[in-house]
Amino acid sequence: MASILFIEHNGSEHRVDVSPSGSVMQAAVRNGVVGIDADCGGSCSCATCHVYIDEAWLEKVGPLSPTEEAMLSLSTDRKDNSRLACQIEVTEELDGLVVTTPEFQF
Amino acid sequence: MTEIIDPKIKQKSRWSLVGKDPYALPLDEIDLSHPGIWQANEYLPFLKRLRDEDPVHYCSESAVGPYWSVMKYKDIMHVDTSPQLFSSEPTIGIIDALEEFTFPAFISMDPPKHDEQRRVVQGVVAPANLKNLESLIRQRAEAILDSLPIGEEFDWVNSVSIELTTQMLATLFDFPFEDRHKLTHWSDVATAIPGNGVIESQEQRWEVMEECLTYFTSLWNERINKDPGNDLVSMLAHGEATQNMPPMEYLGNIILLIVGGNDTTRNSISGGVLALSQNPDQYQKLREDISLIPNMVSEIIRWQTPLAYMRRTATQDTDLGGKVIKAGDKVIMWYASGNLDEEIIDRPDEFLIDRTNARQHLSFGFGLHRCMGNRLAEMQLRIVWEEIMKRFQQVEVVGEPERIYSSFVKGYSKLPVILHPLT
Repeated sequence: MASILFIEHNGSEHRVDVSPSGSVMQAAVRNGVVGIDADCGGSCSCATCHVYIDEAWLEKVGPLSPTEEAMLSLSTDRKDNSRLACQIEVTEELDGLVVTTPEFQF
Repeated sequence: MTEIIDPKIKQKSRWSLVGKDPYALPLDEIDLSHPGIWQANEYLPFLKRLRDEDPVHYCSESAVGPYWSVMKYKDIMHVDTSPQLFSSEPTIGIIDALEEFTFPAFISMDPPKHDEQRRVVQGVVAPANLKNLESLIRQRAEAILDSLPIGEEFDWVNSVSIELTTQMLATLFDFPFEDRHKLTHWSDVATAIPGNGVIESQEQRWEVMEECLTYFTSLWNERINKDPGNDLVSMLAHGEATQNMPPMEYLGNIILLIVGGNDTTRNSISGGVLALSQNPDQYQKLREDISLIPNMVSEIIRWQTPLAYMRRTATQDTDLGGKVIKAGDKVIMWYASGNLDEEIIDRPDEFLIDRTNARQHLSFGFGLHRCMGNRLAEMQLRIVWEEIMKRFQQVEVVGEPERIYSSFVKGYSKLPVILHPLT
């Protein structure tokens, strides 16, 4: 199992425990975490599963793909630790991952 | 002189499919680009047949030349998210516009220029800014709804849908409020087909567009001499990627923002009234639980699909659904069909306000060109329905809607209704 902590922009915390399969977006949506819309269903083409990765986890999560970079570059809330949750595979290595959701998905 | 076509008369044209049996025609004679079947509301079985029998369909002969129709959700998604294979240049319309009548705008540009120009203006429709606009939008919706007659027939399109979206556009541009109906006129002219009653010729369109440019140039000059503001004109005038754009490009982007914010939302406001009127069980559900409104808004946008398609142009030979698309071919993504694809959407023909995954419709497109104003559109629709439910027992549709003569803009020119007060 991998445990992921989602922190909303207002500080509310949601911890979800999932088996290492599927994406961080799916882990959120399947467990009713608010703040992630995932309009495109996980194909890196809407940028509505935007999350900020806790600094300590950036390296383990790995770099953005060019498509992900392109989608995020159009976001008004883009930061250095921005990622699209649908592009992060849940693995045992990510057990304990901490991500924050932005106030708005756009 | 172009003949003026009465929209109530079904088109008799060599290309029109109105009145034809969709299953009796040879596949290669199916041409979705002709506006006839869209205005006559006969398009659905044609979409269904192509989805089932030829989901990547080549129409070799039409009034707008040869083109591919992409009918299935997943194929549309592929085209929309592969800008390197399917370019938005030179245009996203099915007609190859004559050089002298094209206005460059970021909707018909590829990266990187698209991204640079879009970044300048998207802040105005980003949720953080919309939060500040919400109370103003609500006040305006309240005022419009409070002014409507109770118990007597009127046209919902004109009195509510157009009025509300026009006021909203005026707000976003900080456009002189008393002149706001010019915006609606310019939007209508920009997308009209010559001869359909709005304009008679391309030359006439050009004259009106020049008037639009002159007006917006004076707004630009006024704002450039002031501190940067939060309206779209000021953003363009002060934005690094846009401040030096040539006049035609300024016009192109203004038209894009006017059309994008006008027709689409207008027709979704009307479409929701029609959908709920045709589905009384869903209206009952809404009456019992108005917290369904945000989900219903997404379902209305799927059900209406206010823009039937977007066009791309293949940049190289490529395979799509087993067909070979050649470099330079026109590729039409029929969102109106993908939104009814039973492979992805459960019971697609039904209007279900509590549908799960209602947000996963194609109406906004996907990828880099995904509708920039999607959150604004959703907010406008949400507010309209919240305020309708506070005031009226029912918005009853009392006659056949009149539909627009277009295979691109899917919407209504008239929707007769009677309002019933809350009991």
